[in-house]
Amino acid sequence: MAPEKTPQADPAQEQPTECTAQATSAEPLAADETTPSRRDFLKSGGMLSLMSLMGAGALMSTSDDAQAAIEWAEHFQGNYRLMTPQEKAEARARLEKRYSAEYGKKVTVDGTEAQPNVLMGYALNVRKCIGCRRCVKACVAENNQSRGSQPGERLEWIQVLKMERGEFSKEKMDHGYPEGLGIQVGGNAYTPAGAVLEGEYHYEPAAVPEKDATYMPIACMQCEKPPCVKICPVRTTYREPDGVVVIDYNWCIGCRMCMAACPYWARRFNLTNPVLPKEEMNPMTHYLGNRPRMRGVVEKCHWCLQRTRTQGRYPACVEVCPVGARKFGNLLDPQSEVSLILARKNVFRLKAELNTFPKFFYFYD
Amino acid sequence: MHKPISFALDYSRYVLKGGVKFYAWMGFLGIFCAIALYGYYLQNTEGLIVTGLTNQIHDGLYFANLVFLVGVAAGAVTIVFPAYVYHHKAMHEVTVLGEMLAISAVIMVVLFVFAHMGRPDRLLHLMPFIGIFNLPGSMLAWDVLVLSVYLILNFIGGFYFLYVKYTGGTINKKFYMPLIYISIVWALSIHTVTAFMMATIPARPMWHHSMMPIRFIVTAFAAGPCLIILIFQIIRKNTKLWIQDEAIDLLSVIITWCLGMALFLTLSEVVIDLYARTEHANGLYYLMFGLHGLTKLVPWFWGSLAAMLVAFVMFLTPSIRTNPKLLPIACVLAFGGIWVEKGMGLLVPGFIPTPIGEVTEYYPTLIEVLLTIGLWAIGFFILTILLKGAIGILLGEVKYGAAAKSNDIASSGKTAAYESR
Repeated sequence: MAPEKTPQADPAQEQPTECTAQATSAEPLAADETTPSRRDFLKSGGMLSLMSLMGAGALMSTSDDAQAAIEWAEHFQGNYRLMTPQEKAEARARLEKRYSAEYGKKVTVDGTEAQPNVLMGYALNVRKCIGCRRCVKACVAENNQSRGSQPGERLEWIQVLKMERGEFSKEKMDHGYPEGLGIQVGGNAYTPAGAVLEGEYHYEPAAVPEKDATYMPIACMQCEKPPCVKICPVRTTYREPDGVVVIDYNWCIGCRMCMAACPYWARRFNLTNPVLPKEEMNPMTHYLGNRPRMRGVVEKCHWCLQRTRTQGRYPACVEVCPVGARKFGNLLDPQSEVSLILARKNVFRLKAELNTFPKFFYFYD
Repeated sequence: MHKPISFALDYSRYVLKGGVKFYAWMGFLGIFCAIALYGYYLQNTEGLIVTGLTNQIHDGLYFANLVFLVGVAAGAVTIVFPAYVYHHKAMHEVTVLGEMLAISAVIMVVLFVFAHMGRPDRLLHLMPFIGIFNLPGSMLAWDVLVLSVYLILNFIGGFYFLYVKYTGGTINKKFYMPLIYISIVWALSIHTVTAFMMATIPARPMWHHSMMPIRFIVTAFAAGPCLIILIFQIIRKNTKLWIQDEAIDLLSVIITWCLGMALFLTLSEVVIDLYARTEHANGLYYLMFGLHGLTKLVPWFWGSLAAMLVAFVMFLTPSIRTNPKLLPIACVLAFGGIWVEKGMGLLVPGFIPTPIGEVTEYYPTLIEVLLTIGLWAIGFFILTILLKGAIGILLGEVKYGAAAKSNDIASSGKTAAYESR
C-alpha cells in the first residue's frame, strides 16, 4: 500500500486525526471521514475548476468569422465521453469563447470528471414538501433553461405534482355500475387519492400548502439502469461513474427516443433556439451540465454538476428548499445524509416495478 | 465498361421523356416537393416549434408516417414471396415493380427521419464507422441498420434484374436467388424491428405488448398490397404493360386475410385492455372514447375502424374483389384505415397521458401537414421514375444495342462466356 494517507486507508488509524479536522464542519453528519465524503470530492473538484478558469482565454472580442470557425469546429468534434483529455479541454475552451461572446460576460465551461468513491444520491421528504416550487424556479435560473413566452420555449426540469388527498362522498356510495344487478364498480372509483404520480403541476394558489393537497416533486431519477441510455442510438446520453446520467448536447441528434423511454417524463426537448437573456445567464457552467443548449437537442436534470462536482455546493434545488425536504449526498459514504436516510427512514422509489433503480429516493417521517 | 454506361444513359433518357400526362403528373408532384422544401427550411431555422409537437407529445405526423412507410416497404414482399417461393407466374413477371416500390418506400422513410430529427445536420453521428452505433442496446440503431440493408438489397436486386433484361443476358442464379431469399426474410425484419422499437418501451404502456410485431406485419401486408394493386391498375391503364389478373387476385386474397387478422388483433387489444381498464389502458381509452374531455382522436379511430371493416367485407365478397371498378375503393379504404390506425392512432395515444398523467392533445400545424404531403410527393416522384424505367425495360423499349448495335459484339461475347462458366 502507498505510504501516503489515502482516503481508502484503514478506518481505525484514520479516525482520530480526521475528527479534529472536521470539527469546524457545518455538516456534523459528515464528520466521520472513514471514506471520502461529499465535501472531499467537492473540494478536489473545486481545484480542477480553478484550473479551467485560468485556461479561459481572450474573451468578448470574437468576431463573426471566429464565431463561425468555432461553430464549424464544434460540428466536427467527437462524442465527449470518447475524447482524450486534450480534446475535451479544447472543446471546452471553444465553448467558453463562443458563450462569452454570445452572452457578453466571462463564461466558464468546466469539465470536472466524476470523483472516485462517489456515487451521488438524492432523497426527498414528501411529508415536508409544501409545494412552493422555489426549487423549480431556482433550477431554471441555475441551469440556463429556456424561458420564453411560448409554451415550447419554457423548459422546466422539476415538476411539483399537486395531488388530491381524496374525497369520498356519501351520495356516491350506493351508485356505480352496473346498476340494478349489484354494483361491481362503486361510485367512488376513479377518484384520485394520495400519491399516485398523477397530478397537476400548473397550479396557482393564493398560498401554499393548500389544505386539500399533497405535493410530490419529480425530476430526473438518475436511474442506475436508465432506459434512456439504453435506447439512445448514438450514445450521446450516458451514465457517469458517479451515477449521474448526462447528455453531450453537441452529439445529440434530436431523435427523442430517450424522451419516449423515460418513465418519469424527466427529459425536455429544445423545440426552438433557447430563450436565455444575457443578464440572466449563469456563467458558471459544466460541459455535461448547465451550459447553454442549442435548438433541437434534449436536456434534463444532472444534479447541478457545475455545483456538486466543481464548486463544492449542493444542487440549487436542495439549497433553495425552505423546508429542508431535499437531501443530497454520497451513497458510498455511510455517514452522508442520504445514506443515513436510507438506513433509518421508510424509503421508496417511483415506479420500482420498471427496474430502473433510481438513485432518487422518497421518504417520509 | 461500355454496357453500364449505356444502361445509365438509355435509362435516364427513357425516364425523362414522356407525354403531357407524365409531365403534368411530375409537375403536380413537383409543386408539393417545393412546398416541402420550404417547410423543411423553416423547420431547420426556427426549429420543430413550427410543428405541433410539444414536450408531452414529441413524436407526431413524421414518426407516424415513418412507421407506416416501413410497412409499405415490407409489403413489397407480397409480390416477391409468391413469385419465387410459390413460382407464381403472373407475379414473377412483375417482381421488379415490387422492388421499385420497396426502394421508394425506404427512401420516403429516410426523408421522414430527416423531418423528425431535431438535428439532421448531425446525421453523421448515426453512420456506422463514422459515428457511434449503440448496438445492441438501441432499437433505433438496429432499425437504421436493417432499413439501410433492405434498401441496398432491393436496389441491387432490382437494378441487377433490369440490367440483365436490358443487356439481354441471363440471370446468374447463384448470385440472384440468395439475394431474393435474403430480401424476403429482411422485409419481415425491417417491420419487426420497427415494432420492437416502440414495443420495448415500458414507459409507454400503449405500445408495450408482444402483439405489436405481428400486428405490424399483418397491417403491412394489407396496406402494402393495397398500394400495389392501385399502382398496377394505373400501370394497366397508362402503359402497354399488362399485369395479369392472377397477380391482382392473389394480392387481394393476401389483403383479405391480413386485414382480417389485423381486425382480430385490434379486437383482442380492445377486449384485453378495456376489461381490466388499468391505468395502462388510458391511451387506448383516450383513442376510443377520449379522456378528461379531450376527444380529438376519437373520430379518427372509429373512422379508421369503419373503413377497415367495410374494406374487409368488400375483400371477402368475391364479386367485389374481382371487380376492377370496386376493388380500388376497397384498397383505398383499407390503406387509409391502416394509415390512421397504425400511424396517428397508435403513435399519438402512446403519449397520452404522459408518464406523469398529463393529458394533452396534438394538433399538427399547416407546415407539418404540408411537409408530410411534400415528402409523400417526393416519394411518388421517385416511384414514378423507377416504375417508368422498369416498365420500359420489361417491355423491351429500353434495350441494349437499340442505338449502337455495331460496337459491342466483343463485350457481349465476354459476358456470355462468363455466364456459361
